[in-house]
Amino acid sequence: MLPARGGGDAFPVSMRATVDGNEAAARVAYAASEVIAIYPITPASPMGEFADGWSASGHPNVWGTVPRIVEMQSEGGAAGAIHGALQAGALATTFTASQGLLLMLPNMFKIAGELTPAVIHVAARTVATHALSIFGDHSDVMAARTTGWAMLCSSSVQEAQDLALVAHAATLASRVPFLHFFDGFRTSHELNTIERLDDDEIRGLLDERLVAEHRERALSPERPVLRGSAQNPDVFFQAREAANAYHDAVPEIVTAELKRLAEATGRRYRLFDYTGHPEAERVLVLMGSGCGAAEEAVEALVERGERVGVVKVRLFRPFAADALIAALPATVKAIAVLDRTKEPGALGEPLHQDVLAALAERGGPQPLVIGGRYGLASKEFTPAMAKAALDELGRPEPRRRFTLGITDDVTRLSLDADPSFDVEPDDVVRAVFFGLGADGTVGANHNSIRIIGEEAGLHAQGYFVYDSKKAGSTTVSHLRFGPRPIRSTYLVRRAGFVACHHFGLLEAQDVLDVADEGATLLLNSPYGRRGTWERLPLEAQRHIVDRALRVFVVDATRVAREAGLGRRVNTVLQTCFFALADVLPGEQAIEAIKGAIRRTYGKRGEAVVERNIAAVDRALQGLAEIEVPAEASSGVRLHAAVPDTAPDFVQRVTAAMIEGRGDLLPVSALPVDGTFPTGTSRFEKRSIALEIPIWDESICIDCAKCALVCPHAAIRMKVFEPEALEGAPDGFLSKEWRDRHRPGLLMTIQVAPDDCTGCGICVDTCPAHAKEEVGHLSINMEPKEAHLERERERFEFFLAIPEIDRATVDVATVKGSQMLEPLFEYSGACEGCGETPYLKLLTQLFGDRLLVANATGCSSIYGGNLPTTPWARNRDGRGPAWSNSLFEDNAEFGLGMRLALDQKRGAARQLVAEVAPDLAPALLDADQSTEQGIAEQRERVAALAERLRGAGDVKAARLLTLADALVHTTVWIVGGDGWAYDIGFGGLDHVLASGSNVNVLVLDTEVYSNTGGQASKATPLGAVAKYAAGGKQTRKKDLGQIATAYGNVYVAQIALGADNPQTVKALAEADAWEGPSLVIAYSHCIAHGIEMVEGMRQQKLAVDSGYWPLWRYDPRNAGPGEHPFHLDSRRPKIPVSEFMQRETRFAMLRRTRPDEYERLASQAQHDVDERRHVYEQLAQLEHESAAEDEKEA
Amino acid sequence: MDLRSRYLGLELASPLVASASPLTADIETLKRLEQAGAAAVVLPSLFEEQIEHDSVDLHDTLELGAHSFGEALTYFPEMDDYNTGPGRYVEHVAAAKQALSIPVIASINGVTPGGWVRYAELLQEAGADAIELNVYAVETDAYASAASVEDRTLRLVSRVRGAVTVPLAVKVGPYYTAFANVAQRLADARADGLVLFNRFLQPDIDLETLSVKPELHLSSRDELRLPLRWIAILTGRVPISLAATSGAQTADDVVKLVLAGADAVMIASELLRRGPDLLTELTTGVSGWLEEREYASLEQAKGSMSQAACGNAQAFERAQYVRTLVEYQSAGARGQAR
Repeated sequence: MLPARGGGDAFPVSMRATVDGNEAAARVAYAASEVIAIYPITPASPMGEFADGWSASGHPNVWGTVPRIVEMQSEGGAAGAIHGALQAGALATTFTASQGLLLMLPNMFKIAGELTPAVIHVAARTVATHALSIFGDHSDVMAARTTGWAMLCSSSVQEAQDLALVAHAATLASRVPFLHFFDGFRTSHELNTIERLDDDEIRGLLDERLVAEHRERALSPERPVLRGSAQNPDVFFQAREAANAYHDAVPEIVTAELKRLAEATGRRYRLFDYTGHPEAERVLVLMGSGCGAAEEAVEALVERGERVGVVKVRLFRPFAADALIAALPATVKAIAVLDRTKEPGALGEPLHQDVLAALAERGGPQPLVIGGRYGLASKEFTPAMAKAALDELGRPEPRRRFTLGITDDVTRLSLDADPSFDVEPDDVVRAVFFGLGADGTVGANHNSIRIIGEEAGLHAQGYFVYDSKKAGSTTVSHLRFGPRPIRSTYLVRRAGFVACHHFGLLEAQDVLDVADEGATLLLNSPYGRRGTWERLPLEAQRHIVDRALRVFVVDATRVAREAGLGRRVNTVLQTCFFALADVLPGEQAIEAIKGAIRRTYGKRGEAVVERNIAAVDRALQGLAEIEVPAEASSGVRLHAAVPDTAPDFVQRVTAAMIEGRGDLLPVSALPVDGTFPTGTSRFEKRSIALEIPIWDESICIDCAKCALVCPHAAIRMKVFEPEALEGAPDGFLSKEWRDRHRPGLLMTIQVAPDDCTGCGICVDTCPAHAKEEVGHLSINMEPKEAHLERERERFEFFLAIPEIDRATVDVATVKGSQMLEPLFEYSGACEGCGETPYLKLLTQLFGDRLLVANATGCSSIYGGNLPTTPWARNRDGRGPAWSNSLFEDNAEFGLGMRLALDQKRGAARQLVAEVAPDLAPALLDADQSTEQGIAEQRERVAALAERLRGAGDVKAARLLTLADALVHTTVWIVGGDGWAYDIGFGGLDHVLASGSNVNVLVLDTEVYSNTGGQASKATPLGAVAKYAAGGKQTRKKDLGQIATAYGNVYVAQIALGADNPQTVKALAEADAWEGPSLVIAYSHCIAHGIEMVEGMRQQKLAVDSGYWPLWRYDPRNAGPGEHPFHLDSRRPKIPVSEFMQRETRFAMLRRTRPDEYERLASQAQHDVDERRHVYEQLAQLEHESAAEDEKEA
Repeated sequence: MDLRSRYLGLELASPLVASASPLTADIETLKRLEQAGAAAVVLPSLFEEQIEHDSVDLHDTLELGAHSFGEALTYFPEMDDYNTGPGRYVEHVAAAKQALSIPVIASINGVTPGGWVRYAELLQEAGADAIELNVYAVETDAYASAASVEDRTLRLVSRVRGAVTVPLAVKVGPYYTAFANVAQRLADARADGLVLFNRFLQPDIDLETLSVKPELHLSSRDELRLPLRWIAILTGRVPISLAATSGAQTADDVVKLVLAGADAVMIASELLRRGPDLLTELTTGVSGWLEEREYASLEQAKGSMSQAACGNAQAFERAQYVRTLVEYQSAGARGQAR
């Protein structure tokens, strides 16, 4: 497909391919488009990444030109850009999902109103309501159904390709724009074996004549027209009706295009496809990936003699009622319409209502039509659930409204599914692999599926379930393969092969519950054939005995290490899988694996290929079957997810989610409004580190840097009175705290051994080393197992040591801040994250009086992704209150919080004067600029509240609800660069201009980190990022300087790893400034391509090279003769290339396009020099001149 | 003056060879070196370790965090080619060959036997006139005997010899107990030449940061003596081409090495200090010396002061040490007397 022109290589021509839904749709979209506007959003981002990558490599579309890819600042921008491209006569497309689609709606109305051929491909995803969810349902596309776009739904990977083409063809023929959608993750991320469309087939469906007509309608000064007028009551309505014929024609046009597709490929689709008994009485109607599961259920039931069927909806808009009715068997008596969305307050969900309306309009005897919701946010939808809906139709009085897949014990809408109804075909092999993100399990399974699908000639399917954590994450791979296409669009529930790639997982979750009777189990075990059994937890042993599992072990960790692959055990275990699964003959399997290794890693170099191949060759040597005793007898048990000391909610609800039993929680267990307790991460002891830092107090210099830089709050410092050591466990370490103002105190540095991720940043930062041995620092990474029990005991005691009184601490210093309790702890961020130390510091400085507005992105995910949250509370119950609204609106969201606080304070002040005039002076004029001042004000407010509670009058009661507003609350608006520089910039700018007392912290990783590293306007010149695969061509936006232009905004640019005191100082100054503040924090990131352990060092290089200058602009110093701009970093000590070459994001361009790298690197140096020159002058600038006479004086 | 010299069976216009340095990494500078009188050039070493490290490092970075989190299955775009292999070095060899008419010698520093052979074949294919095996390893294994280390080097040379047809030079360090024997065995393994000696990158300690830092010092004139001695000893004794590297700065230095028997004198440090024009000065200087003393050609002078030829066999051996020391002490004593 897409033959090579213009220097690009051709795509492989093989017709059979193993791809996911995103790739399947993106290939067609790319081949059929000229302008593609993109913006990252899960789960649609990969479509943009594919397109950008193909374009960067020079792949042409079917007309021989390379499509132009443009990344915009938001989906709204992308929609605007394609609208313009369409108006100017190009074929344009974009990819999106969820909130992104919502941002496109205004343009979609326009594009449809102007009858413009266009396609948007949507990986359908939940729209955020009580919570954000990245997973799949139809709530986003349903929000677009009023736009006038045709809506075409694909229910499988094959269809995602085929119907993508039909959408592109039909939009040209009909002039109605098409929204082509498929289920996020279930289809967008499912790997499946498909028949690929070749270039001629694509070209064959795209009529050149229609393309020419599109061009003729385009705006051109050669034949000028006006489009987009403003219309009045006299004609708007008629004009709106003028296009009716075009919309009416769509179903027929789509039918014709489907026919042409069938003629070219043999694959037949209709607007509504029916499967089932020809004289069915009970029928399901649904669309999307759920069709696969429903079809399986229906076929099995028909085989059992039941008269049931299913209608799969492909064209949802325009809704072709005649075609639906034609598809339904005449015998139908009852219909259950399943919607993968929820419209609170509606009579029924959209598809349900449409089916009802179609039947009502047909007239005649009406079948019973009931409506149910299923699958919200990728909730599993299984054949058993489809059967439950069909069963409901057979009851005397079926429920009119119902839900599937959950237990609703509140409104009792849910239907129970029979768990024993299992219709998976016997000729399908099912395998489940439990791995760690870091061990490469998913990557190897991608290869296995390709091998099976393309070399073994079977159909193969792969679906991958990921963790909500980024550090130490676990993955579960679900593989199926068999002789026929695989439609099972749900997780494997009964596997004939189970592999556990990390022995520790066996103790953390019930891994073997998925194993079928007589299944094969492959364990990566360091304990060998004889030692493994006794180390298995009792629960696992029971499964093995009860289900007669065959158990094989291999020490893959050792083999991988010896082959030079580190922790990546994937190749070894993949080889063992093929040896045991018997899908290909031994030798052929080995050769296929090696071939896959060459294909996957060949580009990365011979050494990588050789090491993996060596691992393949050695893999089977250690593979052995263990003898299974007749009875389970282990003394080891599955770990409890949370301690029994945890609060009730954590034990009932959170624990179930941690253990992977969240699906079983009933509706009543969940909060009705998305409100959750904070401080829950401390109960989720993940213990993922292999090594932890161990303190040597004898050489500690009390610098507090280790605690300051720890991204996970797992290295803590406390300073305390000696009496606090009473009852300390033996050997609890402490030392004298060296502070001449406060003699006699002790200090301890303590690791939280089960919360540490082992990133090593603390050790990399420690400046204290032994005189006798330079490599021995005051903290050193040591194997966890050797220290675990002792450090657990010590940490428990450490937590019980009283916190120091904040009022006695010089808070705005490095040491002072680290004496305070962090209220952001143990997040699921990447090991060594560069963002989290700033947030933790923020909570140490102001955590007890902090409201956080958090933009969507990494920080909202590690901050708010269930099951637990790192935002915590102190012993008084105070702590940060946190919320995430959206991606684009975060500055406004935070401003709103400030406005509310100010308004409440204003009202409270007014009432105090009326209700408690005697307290007014102290309460209203309190100085709250210090910890002491805040503590005293809290006492005053408590006294006021005490008095008000007894008062009984209306005003007193009103004041009671407002009294808290008299204590200073600080608002911090937190987000990444994607938000601040791009999608939220307009709002940020407005909020900064408002003059309000809000503080903005930009965690600047210089890419969209959370969605996998797409370029933002913060991405520096020369960096390779997704959506900038050829290296970023423009320099980074100087956001800080833009903000200083307002004059009344406090602005700082900081980098913790380069200058600790400046960081602490800037945050404190920003908070203290009673106007808007903007702090831009350099945050090293996994997407920079660095060793995360060196993150802080890399920050220092960024500053030392002048790449990231440190400065503060303080409006308080803008008076006569003062210099508000303070340049904190010294003149560059090293060339910027020294910083750049240590990061893969730059080095990658050096590898791929050395000349371009040289050009951009030299431009980068030039930019750095120029900026330094300008900043040095800014630092000399007086903003208000001192009067002449003062000067003379 | 006829300065021609045969090195590795290659006919050189003079013994002056621009040795591996940043200067020979750039095609424009290579042309200037040729113009200034370089009779051959040695390109910087292709380091197998570096290639392997690059490849593994890239792989580790691309895999870090990959396939762990549903929203970010990778963190970098997939590129068509990462150029991790020896490709760019091979291109440099071909470009140098294209740009120059003098012999181009490619150099390899390998790690694995397979790597040495694979890269030698690649470089031969790219057009290298000869290949220099840069045998460079600091043996730290307390249980690896000298013999086993020597045997490994010899096996390696034999394997590469079997794989390529272009002349093969071996650049070795000086730290052998029985270097003459090593040289003989290398000749037996059909190496065409020896390059004496490899200067190991020596570590230093930074007293400010208390860190170990590798530091490259340009060679000094004193370092000339070591190759001078061994060239003098091996000339006429071991049938193999000999090249001196380290320390040659002036025409006199070149002459001394030629008199000791060097077929080629390799220069890097002084070229880095003074630029390609140094070669013109050296050529003139060597010609002048020979002309002044009425030599017919450089060939006539070559090896005339080798151990075998100079009539004072012990001069290059231990006695020299004693005499130097005596003289040094006397000089010191004299100094004190004043």
